[in-house]
Amino acid sequence: MSEKKQKRSFVSEMLYNNPVFGLYLGICSSLAITTTLNNAIGMGIAVIVVLVLSNIVVSLLAPITPDEIHIPVYIVIIASLVTIVGMLMQAFTPQLFSALGAFIDLIVVNCIILGRAEAYASKNNVLDSAKDGLMMGLSYTFSLIAMSFIRQLLGTGVLSMSNPMTNAEIFSLRLIPEGYEIGIFTQQTGAFLTFAILAAAVTAYKNANDKKEVAKQKAKEAQA
Amino acid sequence: MSLSSLFTIFISGMLINNIILSKFLGICPFMGVSTKLSSAVGMGLAVIFVIFGASVFSWFLYYYALVPLGLEYMKLICFILLIASFVQFVEMFVKKTSPSLYKSLGIYLPLITTNCAVLYVALDNITQKYTLVETIVNSIGVPAGFMLMLVIFATIRERLDSADVPEAFKGNPIALVVAAIMAIAFGAFAGLV
Repeated sequence: MSEKKQKRSFVSEMLYNNPVFGLYLGICSSLAITTTLNNAIGMGIAVIVVLVLSNIVVSLLAPITPDEIHIPVYIVIIASLVTIVGMLMQAFTPQLFSALGAFIDLIVVNCIILGRAEAYASKNNVLDSAKDGLMMGLSYTFSLIAMSFIRQLLGTGVLSMSNPMTNAEIFSLRLIPEGYEIGIFTQQTGAFLTFAILAAAVTAYKNANDKKEVAKQKAKEAQA
Repeated sequence: MSLSSLFTIFISGMLINNIILSKFLGICPFMGVSTKLSSAVGMGLAVIFVIFGASVFSWFLYYYALVPLGLEYMKLICFILLIASFVQFVEMFVKKTSPSLYKSLGIYLPLITTNCAVLYVALDNITQKYTLVETIVNSIGVPAGFMLMLVIFATIRERLDSADVPEAFKGNPIALVVAAIMAIAFGAFAGLV
């Protein structure tokens, strides 16, 4: 099983174990803040930082954490990290901080982070946990970028990014002429719709792949 | 502070700024528990109770402990701990009084801790500088909207189960499409107040 896992490419691994579209974790923030690429990337980086650090701290503390109170302990660790990240963002990227609003604080209750602490970091060593956090954080960020790419493009017709520290524009591309953008994609409805379609696409990809693997297995058996 | 302003807070929390459709919070239980009407009602009531209790406790904690001590920046850590212990309490209570409800809520009961709606309402009451009465009204209105959505959604999903849906859309994706359509409907409440 583990061999088969390693054979999968980075991208298909991301699709298979995607926390957002595959496991439906951390949906709230991915629906709410994916109106622009900037927000998505900012949020993604914040989550990666918290996730990697919390995985490291949890795996270090796991041996001395009493079993009965491990959830509160993890939550306190995560909440402290989120407070730190929030303060840093408020200081260095104030624009991004106000755009993301309450969702910075709500990283605490992002199921991915507590989920990884509970399911992985508490049972594995520090290095593996950090790697796992990075991997999960990246696929979360990847999902956010996919969502915001579609929503920003269809909703405003412009793809743009700016430096969160100075607010200077990095690039801005108008791909859909003015008057032809579909405004509903920047709103709530668009968020749910985009998410539904992407989730269905990931499921379809998985189904097709599984069928292929089953067919391969059968062909092998027939040969033998 | 008149009665009408309290009513405004209630209606805007419940319908206009519906926590699921316009704030995108509490989606996890919304997706997970809304497959059966009975568990949707149970979950809704549990969430109303937890949000109400946790918000009121948080309000007292913030204004009578954190502000006098100058520790406002600790609110995130304190609130989440308070919510976690409160949920634990509710869990024990439900387990004792109604084992069947406990069974049907399953994993989602402890997960109320990580229901972003709970933490959001507790923090929002502070950000909006609500007084105690306003906090109470808001903390009932918002989860009432949550429960309303959960119940409406559960009834729709019970019918969705027997509908002919494309393979890839089965389960959660089609539910999200339904949510998208409901968001349009609830959009009509904007500008009500």
